[in-house]
Amino acid sequence: MSEKTSENQAAPATTLTAAISTREPVGIRLENVSKRFRGGVEAIKDVTLAVAPGEFVVLVGPSGCGKSTLLRVLAGLEEVSSGRIHIGDKDVTTQLPQQRDVAMVFQSYALYPRMSVRGNIGFGLRMRGIGKDERRRRVEEVAQVLGLEHLLDRRPAALSGGQRQRVAMGRAIVREPQVFLMDEPLSNLDAKLRVSMRAQLTLLHKRLGVTTVYVTHDQTEAMTLGQRVAVLRDGVLQQVDTPQQLFHHPVNLFVAAFIGSPSMNFVHATVSNGAASFAGVRIPVRPDSPLARGDRKVIVGVRPTSLSLASGNGQPELAVTPAIVEDLGDERFVIFDVDAPRVDTEATRAAVEAQAADDALLVPLDRATFTARLPAGTPVTVGEPITVALDPDRLHFFDPATGASLEEATSLTRGASSR
Amino acid sequence: MKTAAEAPTRIRSRWSAYVTTTRYIVLFALVCLFLIPVYVLLVTAMKDPAQVSPSRMWQLPDSFSLDTFGAVWPVLEPGFRNSVLMAVPASIISSLLGAANGFVLAKWRFPGADIVFPLILFGMFIPYQAILIPMRELLTDWNLVGGLSGLILVHIIYGLPITTLIFRSYFVTISDELIDSAQVDGAGMIRTLAFVALPIALPAFAVSMIWQFTSAWNDFLFGLVLTSTNSWPVTVALNNIAGGQVVPFHEAMASALLASIPTLLVYVLMGRFFMRGLMAGALKG
Repeated sequence: MSEKTSENQAAPATTLTAAISTREPVGIRLENVSKRFRGGVEAIKDVTLAVAPGEFVVLVGPSGCGKSTLLRVLAGLEEVSSGRIHIGDKDVTTQLPQQRDVAMVFQSYALYPRMSVRGNIGFGLRMRGIGKDERRRRVEEVAQVLGLEHLLDRRPAALSGGQRQRVAMGRAIVREPQVFLMDEPLSNLDAKLRVSMRAQLTLLHKRLGVTTVYVTHDQTEAMTLGQRVAVLRDGVLQQVDTPQQLFHHPVNLFVAAFIGSPSMNFVHATVSNGAASFAGVRIPVRPDSPLARGDRKVIVGVRPTSLSLASGNGQPELAVTPAIVEDLGDERFVIFDVDAPRVDTEATRAAVEAQAADDALLVPLDRATFTARLPAGTPVTVGEPITVALDPDRLHFFDPATGASLEEATSLTRGASSR
Repeated sequence: MKTAAEAPTRIRSRWSAYVTTTRYIVLFALVCLFLIPVYVLLVTAMKDPAQVSPSRMWQLPDSFSLDTFGAVWPVLEPGFRNSVLMAVPASIISSLLGAANGFVLAKWRFPGADIVFPLILFGMFIPYQAILIPMRELLTDWNLVGGLSGLILVHIIYGLPITTLIFRSYFVTISDELIDSAQVDGAGMIRTLAFVALPIALPAFAVSMIWQFTSAWNDFLFGLVLTSTNSWPVTVALNNIAGGQVVPFHEAMASALLASIPTLLVYVLMGRFFMRGLMAGALKG
């Protein structure tokens, strides 16, 4: 395998088969885990989470939300302030990291600089008293899986970023641990390599079947990798669900704003007589919805993909003037103002800042700003009025005071119970 | 391409030629000033005994000879050997203990570390004269006066504050994730220190060794007070050569030169570990 290909691709899948024996996967249970640092910062608040055996769970949230702390607590690198942690049927709450059967991949890779690649990968085995011959065999197997055979005698300094990343992975894999913990392992790779490594990670997880907890702040990574995704905000677990459920049935404003790119559009609206209205549009609410009866104020959430050019098919329509048109090749993002008050809650701000989304913030008006995701060929010009249609079945309603989802009242309980 | 390499276009002021010349003249003058004592040391050591006198100290010798070195070596040799036997273990053990201290204070934090560290540093500022008599009494009780072991112990302990400081400052700069990673890989404190931290700390080790070796080797006071004639380090032996009735300058100079060689040697040998880049490759590209 040439240097070039090994950088971007893992070894072919066939070589990966029986090389690594896997053990029966085990689950992880966090029960009411809280972590308060000396100085009083509460990084994790009463988190209860169960990871099924062999599951790939992603912890996602803006920086400072406690996701890395939660991972470190799982690894035993931080003590919990209260709560219990179980790996398999063992209570590991008071165990040292070296006693827990977990392997961790760090954001910086944390390779031992004075050891060769062989020494790095074999270090965990050496510390666990595995004999020289077996160590050699297992290190070479893993090196082959990851396409590192020709690099075994090099020092980390002589490796490229992608190769270092794979050594860090190899160091975790070779131990055949019960649990993989990964702390933003792809964030230091360039964009292209990141995408290919993401796919490889999914493959690797399929093959090894080891229970994995993966931390990232990148919601795209979370959605593509996780079988289930746990969204954290300020140390509080918001929702744990499949990517599909998170996207289509967010339990609150924060999750709605955080998941999806570009972010969901929000606008203040009032509901009366079975219809929500803002900016002169009336959108009928589903008759089975709890909102269908009574009057109240709500926040309406509209995905950029729920907007389209009006085609007269009876959907509620909105006359707008595009302020910005972003051409992405196969699609266009059209940004425009809506004649209704802007939603500026802490939850949406926290979520949007986390993604450094510049689309909404560029127009600092007190009017709501929408982004529509339209097909590439759509005839749109900045400053020329257009009419967009909203898909009434794909709107989200939130309580302006609490941020909780209103329309999804039923799925909220479902989402919260699937821990 | 080739011409560009041969005559690169420099950005420089009109006066830069004069400024550069002046700068070198000033620097050269300062170097000469600095090296005057070394000049006297060298020329006196190589002079014929008959030519040595304070009035002619600036003159070059008529003929260079190394005879004086041969003459003083037998007198100096026992002290020289004692100093090696004392300074090598004193600097190695003190550096290793300092590395352990520094590692714990920087990377394996414990409650109260912020109080312990300044207390350790305090040791650097205790004047030796203040503890000389109690120390001698204590070592007498422990039966460690006279031989080298007492002197070694004292140098190890008095080196700890500085070696701790050197290693702590160094370990603070290495990534926490490296230590975390070793822990998750199954290494406890001792093995993390031995397998992960110490190999990275070679530059700090070199600094610590140079410092400790030099100060142990050059020490006179402790050597004089704590050892008997058979165990005199080279500094005390040197004083005996130079301290007679008539001062034989050429012998004193030759002995001093010989006695200073090991510290220079340690610097030359260890200095190459000063190089940077030992951490290269640990972290993201």
